[in-house]
Amino acid sequence: MSSIQVDIVSAEGQIFAGEASVLFVEAVEGDMAIMPRHAPLLTKIRPGPVRLRHENAEEQQIFVSGGLLEVQPKLVTVLADTAERIEEIDEAEAEKAKERAEAAVSNADQDSDIQRAQAELTEAAARLQMVKQWRNRR
Amino acid sequence: MAGAKETKAKIKSVQNTQKITRAMEMVAASKMRRAQDRLEVARPYSEKIRRTIQHMTHANLGSNNHSFLMERQVRRVAILVIATDRGLCGGLNINLFRRVLSEMRAWEEQDVGVDLLCFGHKSVNFFRRFRELKANVTDLGDRPQLNDLVGTVKVALDDYREEAIDRVYLASNEFVNTMTQTPSIMQVLPAVSGSEEDVPDDWDYIYEPDPESLLEDFLVRYVEAQIYQGAVENVACEMAARMVAMKAASDNAGEIIDDLQLEYNKQRQAQITQELSEIVAGAAAVS
Repeated sequence: MSSIQVDIVSAEGQIFAGEASVLFVEAVEGDMAIMPRHAPLLTKIRPGPVRLRHENAEEQQIFVSGGLLEVQPKLVTVLADTAERIEEIDEAEAEKAKERAEAAVSNADQDSDIQRAQAELTEAAARLQMVKQWRNRR
Repeated sequence: MAGAKETKAKIKSVQNTQKITRAMEMVAASKMRRAQDRLEVARPYSEKIRRTIQHMTHANLGSNNHSFLMERQVRRVAILVIATDRGLCGGLNINLFRRVLSEMRAWEEQDVGVDLLCFGHKSVNFFRRFRELKANVTDLGDRPQLNDLVGTVKVALDDYREEAIDRVYLASNEFVNTMTQTPSIMQVLPAVSGSEEDVPDDWDYIYEPDPESLLEDFLVRYVEAQIYQGAVENVACEMAARMVAMKAASDNAGEIIDDLQLEYNKQRQAQITQELSEIVAGAAAVS
C-alpha cells in the first residue's frame, strides 16, 4: 500500500509531519478523504478534526481550527489557522517577563527607557493576573 | 589632594555604567534565546506556505492566474523595512538601512519610484528624513503579533492590487548566528518561482470553492507569514546584536576602570610621598 506525505503546520509550529495512507478532512464544501496520487487541489477546511490513517491501519486525530489545504499527488499540506489560547501563556514566562521588566526599571538610564520599562512591567503584571484568574476558575 | 578624589569619582561613574551594560547584556542574552525559540516555531509554517506558493508558480493556472503571481512592468516598488524599536544594538539597523538606501538608489536610477513602509521606531526615524512613509508600525515588542503587522501589510497589498506599485520587497536582518546578522532584501510580490523541485509545468488545481478567493487566501497568508517571519527574526537579531554590543561596552568600561585605577594609585602614592616629605622637612626645621 502506498502512502502520502502529510505536513500539518500552524503559525505556532509544526503539528504533524509524516506518512499516512489516507487523510480525512472536513473541507468547506464537504468532507474529503485524500489518498495517494490525488489530483492537485486547493481548498479551505473547517475547524474540526483531521484524521490520519497510518499504514498499519492505526488512526490519529488532530484538531485544527480551520485553515487551508493543498494537495499534491505525493504531498498534502495543511496550513492551520491559529487563535491564541489562554493555556499557551506560560505562567513562569509571565513571571520572568515581570522580573526582567523590573530589572529594566532599576537599570534604565533614560526617561523614555524608564517609561517603556514601566509599561512592560504593567503588561507583564496584567498577563500574570489573567493566568492566575484562569487557574482559579479551573 | 583633589586629583585623587576626582579620579575616584570617575571610577565610580564608569562602574555604574558598566553595571548597566552588563545587565543589558544578560537581559538581551535571555531574550535572544526566547526569540530564537519563537523563530524555530514560526519557521515550519512559513516554509510550508512558501512551498505551496512555489507549486502554484509552477502550475498552469490559465485564466485563474492571480495578480500576486504575475510579473508586470515595474514603475514603482515598495520596500517593507523591518528594524528595531530601540537602539543600543550595534550596527544592526544602520547596516540594513545602508542596504535599503543603495537599493533605493539603484531603482531611482532606472526611474522607478520607491515607497517605504517601516516597522520599528528606528526605521521610521531614519527614513522619514528622506521621504514620506507610506505606512509604519512601531512598538511591536519582543513578541511580535501578526495582528499588529497586518495593517501595514494590507497597505502594501492594496497598493499592489491597484497597480500603484508593481513589486514588493522585504528588507530585514537574517539571523545567521549570535555574532552574525546579515541584512537582506527579498522579493515578496509577485511571488517568485524557485527551481528546487521537479514539478511538471502543465497542470492546474481543482479548486473548492472558487479559484479567486482560494488563491487570494493563500497569497495573503503567504505575504503575512513572510512578514511575520521577518519580524520574529528581527527580534532575534536585535537581541543578539545588543548582547554583543553590550558585552563590548562592558569590556571597554573594564579597561577604562583599569586605567583610572592606575591613575588613582599614582595620585595617591604622590600624595603620600608629598605628605611624608613635608613631615620630614617639618621635623628637620624643628630640631
